[in-house]
Amino acid sequence: MNSKSVKKVNISATQRTLVMPLPGCPGCQHPTIGRIIAEVLEELDLDGSAIEVTGIGCNSAVAMLNVDVVLGSHGGAPDMATALKRLHPETFVYTVQGDGDCIAIGAGSFIGALTRAEMISIIMCNNANYGTTGGQLAPTTLMGQTTTTTPNGRDAVMGGYPVHVAELAATFKGVAYSARGALNTPANYRRTRKYVKTAFQKQIDHVGLSFVEVLSACPPNWHLSPVECLGWIEENMIPEFPLGEFKNVDVID
Amino acid sequence: MTERILIQGNEAVGWGALSAGCDGFFGYPITPQNEIPEWFSREFPKRGKTFVQSQSETGAIMMLYGGAAGGSRVMTSTSSPGWGLMQEGMSHLAAAELPCVIVLVQRGGPGQGSVRHAQMDYLCATRSGGGGGYKNIVLAPASVQEIHDLVQLAFHLADKYCNPVVVLSDGILGLIAETMEVKTIDFGPLPEKDWAVRGRDRQKDGVRRFIHSFPSGAPPPGGYVSYVPWLEHMGQKYQQMADSELRYEASQSEDAELVLVAYGYPSRVCKEAINTARAQGLRVGLIRPITLWPFPYRALKDKIDLGCRFLVVEDSLGQMVEDVRIAVQGRAEVHFLGLLSRHLPTDGGMILPGRVLEEIRRLL
Repeated sequence: MNSKSVKKVNISATQRTLVMPLPGCPGCQHPTIGRIIAEVLEELDLDGSAIEVTGIGCNSAVAMLNVDVVLGSHGGAPDMATALKRLHPETFVYTVQGDGDCIAIGAGSFIGALTRAEMISIIMCNNANYGTTGGQLAPTTLMGQTTTTTPNGRDAVMGGYPVHVAELAATFKGVAYSARGALNTPANYRRTRKYVKTAFQKQIDHVGLSFVEVLSACPPNWHLSPVECLGWIEENMIPEFPLGEFKNVDVID
Repeated sequence: MTERILIQGNEAVGWGALSAGCDGFFGYPITPQNEIPEWFSREFPKRGKTFVQSQSETGAIMMLYGGAAGGSRVMTSTSSPGWGLMQEGMSHLAAAELPCVIVLVQRGGPGQGSVRHAQMDYLCATRSGGGGGYKNIVLAPASVQEIHDLVQLAFHLADKYCNPVVVLSDGILGLIAETMEVKTIDFGPLPEKDWAVRGRDRQKDGVRRFIHSFPSGAPPPGGYVSYVPWLEHMGQKYQQMADSELRYEASQSEDAELVLVAYGYPSRVCKEAINTARAQGLRVGLIRPITLWPFPYRALKDKIDLGCRFLVVEDSLGQMVEDVRIAVQGRAEVHFLGLLSRHLPTDGGMILPGRVLEEIRRLL
């Protein structure tokens, strides 16, 4: 990354929402996702009325944002968010989940919320493995990728194929917005930030459920340096998980 | 004028919840409790209250977690297989100290078992079915009116202790119809839920709330400095629940030589058998636990000193009888009349008064 491109990134003030560093391993991008959420919450003036529901895993780091936070079971975040939003429609409710939390153990919860068209926003961090538990096979692990439970690399017979959650979410009628972003370049960072902002706006405008998947580096479990991770995302993850908006509607009829 | 309505036990759950000011119901279909979510789907939305049919019982219980975290009075209902699915969530609710009410309409188990009545879930309801050794109060109604009343008490106790409370019904209580008075019961004041999430700027102190089931792992505020101090706090709370919330009914037991112990529908069967036995001069009475946890060990222990023997009548292979044996500590005879004594070998069979009377005569 050259110094010119770094200068282009516009860092917003986040005095209200980002009051302590979000924990993470060196080069982990989950705190970066937390920062984007903080920036967007303040920009839309949502931080004071927001309730975050955090999943279990490395994404739990985002629970340290200075907003009201609920953290419960592994995979149940969309259920908790469902009840909070239904009982308190005046609050802004979003979840932050990992790929395992969202589409492995929490698949029923996730699909249930999409099916019922819950008026919530879901941010899913995709780092292609289970980070907290030491790097096991995740639903999003790439073919051939070595994990602690695919020591010879993921193969279809043992572990099937990577799941494409942003594309899946876009097929649900009750979903107003679905996108996938990455953070490996300043341009991708800015685009991801725009996706999160658009997603949050869908809830404000009461259109439907909004979903953003963010590709996120995991240096310790990928056994790569933080900088090498950015290249790995470009060369391996983005070809499998294409970036962009998969659904963006203003009305669900 | 007192309003009395003819109503089914399962629907009495709804009226009790309404009287208690319940804000939201979340549940999944399962027999024999379907009249409960159906009642809420009819009656709650038109009153501006929340009803959600979840994608599973796993989902329903985590919806309670979210709703309770927001400070609302929330509940669910289920039957035995669904109860199993809710146990992980109950453990999280207990750990996060969130109040909620779960109505368990027991059916025959294990597995799919039978869709008809039974009392096969006593142990998993009273001994915390989820991981981690938490405790929850279990209330056992024996009539439609008592379902209505105990659902209200359950909400009060849940809020009082910030803990899940279980109402343990069964397929017979759920499906019988009786007259019932709809009334709001005042259990006294409760502390304000200033711990609930509602948005940081809506907190009176402007400080964000963080509700989680990992108190030993999160930094204060909202967490404990380490695991043991947190468990010490939880242990003290459970002890207070055990000391303060014991409830039972003693019926014709003052001079009894034989004390029947039963809860739920078999307690009604026992009362009829006891009335007949008394008319025949047999000194027999009943102790009916209303709280199954905490269990009235002391009430039974006091009877031993008077030389009583015990007959546990329970529509299972023997579960509550274990608690009676704990109370008795081998100092008195404990007899058991269970599911194998039903009048029919089918899942529609019941333990009937005649069979209980026969057992009373055999023992006295």
